[in-house]
Amino acid sequence: MLKARHTTGLVFFPAFDWAISPTHPEREERLLYTQDQVFEEGILDIEGIQEYKPELITAQDVQRVHFCVPNVADVTTESHFISAGGAKTIAKAVMDKRVERGFALVRPPGHHAMRVVHGARGFCNINIEAIMIEYLRKAYPVGRVAIVDTDCHHGDGTQDIYWHDPDTLFISLHQDGRTLYPGSGFPNEMGGPTATGTTINYPLPPETSAEGFLYAIRNVVLPILEDFKPDIIINSAGQDNHFSDPITNMNFSAQGYAELTRLLKPDIAVLEGGYSIEGALPYVNLGIILAMAGIDYSRVTEPGYDPDRLRQTPAVTRSIQRTGEQLLSNWRRRESIMALVQNGQPFSERTRSIYYDTDNITEKQFETLRICSECSGVYKIDSSADGGRRILAVHVPRSACRKCRSLGYEWFDTADKRKFTGVYLQDRSDDTYLQRP
Amino acid sequence: MIIGLDVGGTYTDVVLLGDDGIVRANKVRTDSKALFRTVQSGLDTIIEGIPPDQIRRIVLSTTLTTNAIAQSKVSDVGMIVSAGPGVDPEFYRTNPHYEVISGSIDHRGREVEAVNAAEVEEAVRKFIEKGIRHVGVVGKFSTRNPQHELLINEQIRSHFEKVFLGHQISGTLNFPRRIATTYLNAAVYPIHKQFFEAVQQSLEQKGLKIPIHIMKADGGTMNFESSMNFPAQTILSGPAASVMGSLAFAFDDEDSLVMDIGGTTTDMAVLVNYVPVLNPLGICLGPYKTLIRSIESHSIPVGGDSKISVQDGVIHVGPERIGPAMAYGGPAPTPTDALCIMGQIKNGDRNKAIQGFQDIARGLNCSVSDAAVRVFDQTCRMILTEAGVLLNRINQKPVYTIHELQEGYQVAPRKILILGGPAPYFARHFEEISDFRVGVVPRWDVANAIGAALARTTCEVSLFADTQQGIATSPEELFSMVVNRDFSSDDAVQTASDLLRQKAVRQGASPEELIVEVIENQQFNMVKGFYTTGRNIRVKVQIKPGLINEYDAIAGILSTE
Ligand SMILES: [Zn+2]
Ligand SMILES: [Zn+2]
Repeated sequence: MLKARHTTGLVFFPAFDWAISPTHPEREERLLYTQDQVFEEGILDIEGIQEYKPELITAQDVQRVHFCVPNVADVTTESHFISAGGAKTIAKAVMDKRVERGFALVRPPGHHAMRVVHGARGFCNINIEAIMIEYLRKAYPVGRVAIVDTDCHHGDGTQDIYWHDPDTLFISLHQDGRTLYPGSGFPNEMGGPTATGTTINYPLPPETSAEGFLYAIRNVVLPILEDFKPDIIINSAGQDNHFSDPITNMNFSAQGYAELTRLLKPDIAVLEGGYSIEGALPYVNLGIILAMAGIDYSRVTEPGYDPDRLRQTPAVTRSIQRTGEQLLSNWRRRESIMALVQNGQPFSERTRSIYYDTDNITEKQFETLRICSECSGVYKIDSSADGGRRILAVHVPRSACRKCRSLGYEWFDTADKRKFTGVYLQDRSDDTYLQRP
Repeated sequence: MIIGLDVGGTYTDVVLLGDDGIVRANKVRTDSKALFRTVQSGLDTIIEGIPPDQIRRIVLSTTLTTNAIAQSKVSDVGMIVSAGPGVDPEFYRTNPHYEVISGSIDHRGREVEAVNAAEVEEAVRKFIEKGIRHVGVVGKFSTRNPQHELLINEQIRSHFEKVFLGHQISGTLNFPRRIATTYLNAAVYPIHKQFFEAVQQSLEQKGLKIPIHIMKADGGTMNFESSMNFPAQTILSGPAASVMGSLAFAFDDEDSLVMDIGGTTTDMAVLVNYVPVLNPLGICLGPYKTLIRSIESHSIPVGGDSKISVQDGVIHVGPERIGPAMAYGGPAPTPTDALCIMGQIKNGDRNKAIQGFQDIARGLNCSVSDAAVRVFDQTCRMILTEAGVLLNRINQKPVYTIHELQEGYQVAPRKILILGGPAPYFARHFEEISDFRVGVVPRWDVANAIGAALARTTCEVSLFADTQQGIATSPEELFSMVVNRDFSSDDAVQTASDLLRQKAVRQGASPEELIVEVIENQQFNMVKGFYTTGRNIRVKVQIKPGLINEYDAIAGILSTE
């Protein structure tokens, strides 16, 4: 009789009636063959594997993470509430110890959604992992969280949300941004002045195969996790590194993904991208589920799998090793780098431009962070987008000191109403979310 | 007139129904060692003096196959299994003679690896050596393309009495369950065949040349001939018969719970608009998870004869029954004794019941009469709590579309139909402690036999179309047709419905009472490189369980009796 060594919860929500557009990669058909494979393999009958029906998140769950412009309802659909709800359902099952681990096989994905949301970027509207994590931090004694993003695209949304949070370790492994959307995620992106080092970007050259991914996990990711000592490990389990994926250039396999999962031992995995819906997803998802549950996955192979043909070149191997050494060195020197970045200044400012490819919107941001020695610092974002919307968004961090908190409220109260179409306050220290008008 | 016969664990119930309701109803003791004789004596009493030409239909429900499986008294089977990539099929081993061979089909029904005839030959040789007469053949994704199973069948069938093929069981995707179900069909086939051939002969000797129908776990029936291909469908048909019997007495089309309160257990099911809610996959019996369609039921070890004990001031009801109530000479106090003490049950020995409750009253630190009230109250509350578990399980069934998640029907019964000896007493108290309206099924003592008599033929057909490959198939029906790019989900529903009607008639339904219900209808655009290349359509249709039309009148009369 087949039995899971680790009890594993699954939310399977393929959203068979939702698409960005009929022929878009993010369409109804995406998880169809995965469902066929999971059902035919009888995965949900295995003792120790438990399927849950996704609940819906609330608007407040979204506000805990995002500044939605003009409001939550206008930038989300029911599908996003269910997809994030699926992740939340799994996280609760794990935290309540109903299962040891969990995997939310949901869509649409979320890792390109940033703190401020004017629309959809990279097929994502809201960040489903961040919504899940911030819910956990409110409802359970969860403080330190590690997110390992193994999607082929840089998880720039998750990075943005946790840029100033030293309690969230964000590690993204992805195809080199010089060769793929969204074009970011370089080793020098290490987090803001009060959280330098807890953002880690590991770009991998095109045609990296299992050897390279597993090298990165074993030699870089696992030692850093060991050091950081998170309360919980989240895997943003994108599957577009697969050799058959139509929109990327990597050489990863179902066996490789299963092995990665076995090594990483995530408490919670959340599906992100992956668009080889017939040749990869059914087998990769099967491999990940079996690996999470601690069941033999050695026979999970996709059509056309030939490890010899997928072998990476020595140049790729060397490049991955070099990047890894650099990241480990950055990690060890993170405190001195942080001091250098802070440079004794009371405030830090940055200006940037963000493009929403899915909805074709350009946003300009001007951000001001208080560099605080007692907490990670309050910050405000002056954000304007095409179409005339301009907002002021104030974020008071979870562990905010009294001074930062009152400065946040002062920014919110005194913002010039004529300049902004909306002023937002996200007080994480008090779980309070305000908006005016 | 129709005969309904249900062989239960203790009693076998038989009814003869005519245009005016119940003509006769009988009970005979079940001799589990001689089921055929039990059936015969049940029939003898019911048809005595009735002209054979007056009887038009007979429906049987037996514990034959259930018992055989539970007691491992089944014959040896040879299993040939081909899996391809995925979970190791060794995990799904059902029996000693289980041969895994090469060959694989993918999720769209395309061949990935061919079958190796030499391996099949080798399996056959091993089976013959062991004297095996019945074989099951199951391939992964054979419900998408049965070609491998059919090929193997061609190669081996002359060597064996009967070969069961996985794809004929069900269109549902679940390889391990398909293996288990195919195995069970092959394993119970010989005893099923022997038994029903004997019943048929015996009926013929009595001058009854009428079609025999056999009860299934989903609350429907199939005829003698099709039961030979799916004998395992008769597993656990008894509880289904009771639910169908209570249907004749249902309040109205509103959701209701059906509870059969027996001595050892209470069995529950849910009716929605006169139709029992079905389990989405199939029966679990012992170690076997199957694709045998069944009524979604919940059985708990709480009944009128459950042993009562008190530990640290807490009342425990069950889980075991060690005998009848003390009021009826049993060894331990029970809820039935509580009812005796409370003066509700009048024909038992009340003094013995009181004696039995002494320890309980002491443990609860109250009078015997208070103890009886508390024990009975707790028994009722436990049953209601478990009803909540069943409702939750039905409502928590995962769904895969936004529409279903938002609009999906949530069962919320406000009514209970109860069957069983102590039913009237429970009914009263359920109404006192909950908002349920409670009704007692009037002829609960023979509701199972009435249910069998009036149940209609049920069946299901799945159709899968892939317009990119240009095919529509229903492997369970051995149906396959070429389709063009315009084949739509409406066409698919039409095709599936035609197949369903043919199947239903083949399995014993009368053509004029076929109501087709679409239970799944999904259509996906298949896209390659931003162009739509075809449609992937999945349709499932069924004849749902219910009572036969021509006896609506009977049901009407029954419910007013
Ligand atoms: Zn991606
Ligand atoms: Zn501060």
